Amino acid sequence: MDPHEDTELSAIVKMQAERHAAPAGLRDRIVTSIRQAETPSRQEPKPQGWRQWLNLGAAFAMGVLASVTVVHFLNAASAQERLAQDVVSSHVRSLMAAHLADVASSDRHTVKPWFSGKLDFSPPVADLAQAGFPLVGGRLDYVGGRPAAALVYQHRQHIINVFVWPHDTRAPTPPAALEAQGFNVIGWEDKKMQFWLVSDLNASDLQAFADQLRGAAIAGSPPAPGKR
Amino acid sequence: MSGTDRTRRFEAAVLPHLDAAYNLARWLLRDEQSAQDVVQEAYLRAFRFFDGFRGDQDARPWLLSIVRNSCFTWLRERGREPVEFDEERDSEQRDPALYEATDGPERLLERKLERAQVNAAVATLTPLFREVLILRELEAMSYDEIAQVVGIPVGTVMSRLSRARSMLRTALAAADKED
Repeated sequence: MDPHEDTELSAIVKMQAERHAAPAGLRDRIVTSIRQAETPSRQEPKPQGWRQWLNLGAAFAMGVLASVTVVHFLNAASAQERLAQDVVSSHVRSLMAAHLADVASSDRHTVKPWFSGKLDFSPPVADLAQAGFPLVGGRLDYVGGRPAAALVYQHRQHIINVFVWPHDTRAPTPPAALEAQGFNVIGWEDKKMQFWLVSDLNASDLQAFADQLRGAAIAGSPPAPGKR
Repeated sequence: MSGTDRTRRFEAAVLPHLDAAYNLARWLLRDEQSAQDVVQEAYLRAFRFFDGFRGDQDARPWLLSIVRNSCFTWLRERGREPVEFDEERDSEQRDPALYEATDGPERLLERKLERAQVNAAVATLTPLFREVLILRELEAMSYDEIAQVVGIPVGTVMSRLSRARSMLRTALAAADKED
């Protein structure tokens, strides 16, 4: 028996408190709104005599698809570079505008909950003070066209920005390591999140930090959801 | 048509949880129309973020976290919830009599608690406490799942839940005396 449970009170709430069922019609409205949301970006509006255009359209689409695939392949590296630029710019901005942290705290139990209600995901926040990388805080940022959690760590006088967002197949793979505008950038992705680290810290120290962070993220990640 | 395919996958993953989503929103906002609006908007947001959702994940905590965030945004915009929540300040000091409030191990079940009384008592809790209680008791979620939905550590889930229950006991005791 779980000592945290209160079976008597639980029974009362379960029996008596109302579980509101979704009203009739809500489901249909949601389905309609989703399909509408899908239409403009995913499908061309269909003209009256759309059938006669379909074959032509399909052939054209195949051509576009083929060239998009090739271009996409060629662009993969530069997309990564562009995102790296974006990440570095964000890092520089965070240092220039004295806007390093929206929530300034070295306590991960303060920083992590702060993001809830602000983002749709919960970034892993590790306590690496023992390893010489104390947490400085966190802030909301916007990188590569998406909201991101920025976690700020420090090593000696060097600030490290860790950008985290949910894994997205459309986004370029983070670089193992690269240098941009004199900053070192290290990234990786796991099943849930992509991580981009930026700092003026030297490459080997930043790599050491990345290893620590990665280790902490694996050790601290909760068991897969839905298994209990 | 990857678009339609995506839509179908989305609908299959999240539409079964519509009742859970609505129940949470209805309890948090305490208004039927607002709950419908917010749930519909939350589903649209979820649809936009669906690419970040992995197929082998359980969709329910994922969806409910979007729903609860939409609800709290809604409440905040109407000035009905403090922006920053301080675990210490906003719980223990709110009601110092909380822990000694319940007069001994009284048998709640022995008193005839009406449905309306219980609903009203749950409604007296602030949204952050109501939320964990609803997720735990009405949606039967694990601490881990609640932690995912609310975006707080499991330990905080447990302490918040225990405070929510103390508050609920107090509210039920008060409701009982009024009769």
